[in-house]
Amino acid sequence: MKYLYYPGCSLKSSGKLYEISLLAVLKRLGVEVEELENWNCCGATNYMSINESYAIEITARNLAIAERMVGIEMIVPCAACFMGFLKTQKYMESDPVTREKVNDLLNKAGLSYTGKVKIRHPLDVLVNHLGTDALAKTAEMPLKGIKVASYYGCQLIRPYATFDDQWNPHTMDDIARAMGATPVDWPLKSRCCSGSMTSTMTGIGLRMNYVILKEAKSRGADVIITACPLCQFNLECFQGKISRKLKEDVRIPVMYFTQLMGLAMGIPAKQLGLKQMLSPSLVLT
Amino acid sequence: MNASSSDILTQGLTVKLEADLDKNFGETIAREAHGEKLFGCIQCGNCSAACPLSVWMDYTPRKVIAMVRAGFKQEVLSNRTVWLCASCYQCTVECPKGIKITDVMYALKREAIENKVYPKNFPVPILARTFFNEVKRTGRINEIFLLTIYYLRYNIFKMLGYASLGMKLFMKRRLSLFEKGMSDKKEFKAMLNQ
Repeated sequence: MKYLYYPGCSLKSSGKLYEISLLAVLKRLGVEVEELENWNCCGATNYMSINESYAIEITARNLAIAERMVGIEMIVPCAACFMGFLKTQKYMESDPVTREKVNDLLNKAGLSYTGKVKIRHPLDVLVNHLGTDALAKTAEMPLKGIKVASYYGCQLIRPYATFDDQWNPHTMDDIARAMGATPVDWPLKSRCCSGSMTSTMTGIGLRMNYVILKEAKSRGADVIITACPLCQFNLECFQGKISRKLKEDVRIPVMYFTQLMGLAMGIPAKQLGLKQMLSPSLVLT
Repeated sequence: MNASSSDILTQGLTVKLEADLDKNFGETIAREAHGEKLFGCIQCGNCSAACPLSVWMDYTPRKVIAMVRAGFKQEVLSNRTVWLCASCYQCTVECPKGIKITDVMYALKREAIENKVYPKNFPVPILARTFFNEVKRTGRINEIFLLTIYYLRYNIFKMLGYASLGMKLFMKRRLSLFEKGMSDKKEFKAMLNQ
């Protein structure tokens, strides 16, 4: 099956290792993707804080383009984009006034959206479409003995996502298990990483990331895996600073789940961006 | 009555005359947040307990709801509390009355901006505003430009703290100055300018 693919801004810059590893893994699994034409930013949380109508409208534009490209299902890897799409669909479905207003704007731009596009996160596609049995067969180099702390963050599962359990998400753990690794049970898997607060309220942002890193380490994890570019960036790129400031070593490999999958599938480290990481490398035994 | 006992009586209390409250504030925010049932809040405090940021807030989410419906407009909108909400939706999924508290926080942020009473020189609304303008201008976010403009507007010296991280990421080819933008911005811009 062929999917449309909406990368969003982060996967083209600070989260580019997510993009390259995701595309490498999907290719290996025979999942074909085509990037959405002339897409625009989803607006993330900032548009919701300033002007909600704009936030809905610009996301609806992406949905309309997807519909024009006859994309019935679109893969959206970034948690913030993913949630933005689900929210826009929800508002357009449930509120006729919004739907009419947005469609009016779209029509003027030569677009229309009738609600046909299904938004899917890569975790959903891998676990619920391909299935963990199929994934397990691709693990040429099973990650035996590697303890994985899956970190889902917030907007990937809350408040609209239905592909995983909001209270106790497991899709990333399922994948880790299929790759031969051992998931670690820990209570902070869906606690907020503070988002962009590492750049605004730095002290608070670092503190929130410290708690997550420390908990994963104390539970014996060898690696934290994430499915969001912002979570990954915060946990990976600030762990050095946190360790220095708090005089406590909380450094630990923080990878995208797709990088971990790629490792198990025997995809060369370079193609997964593993040489470009700032956090320690995962030592395979 | 001696001085110290009168201190105890007034300390930490917000004394406001009922006539000075904005009685419509609760309804305005409820409407803005898609008809949220603010008035059905039972003040249980699950939201405040669930919120990973409430420890740093001046008013916890539970208190914000109480203040909003009582009409403490100025106090809520000019305070930094709502800007500490990172939109993680934990409160929303925990609320036993189904109130979408995150959307209430968004409504409060928008109301503060509209009324121009949000805390000045506070970094969060500055970043939000910068992000908003950048998307309007280019359609996509280039994180290097976004953060540079943000720090210029907020506090350029704070940017120095990120210099070494930026350098490391640059050396690892994790950042790029030139990313492919939208191939055609006309129709996107026309849509936003209507």
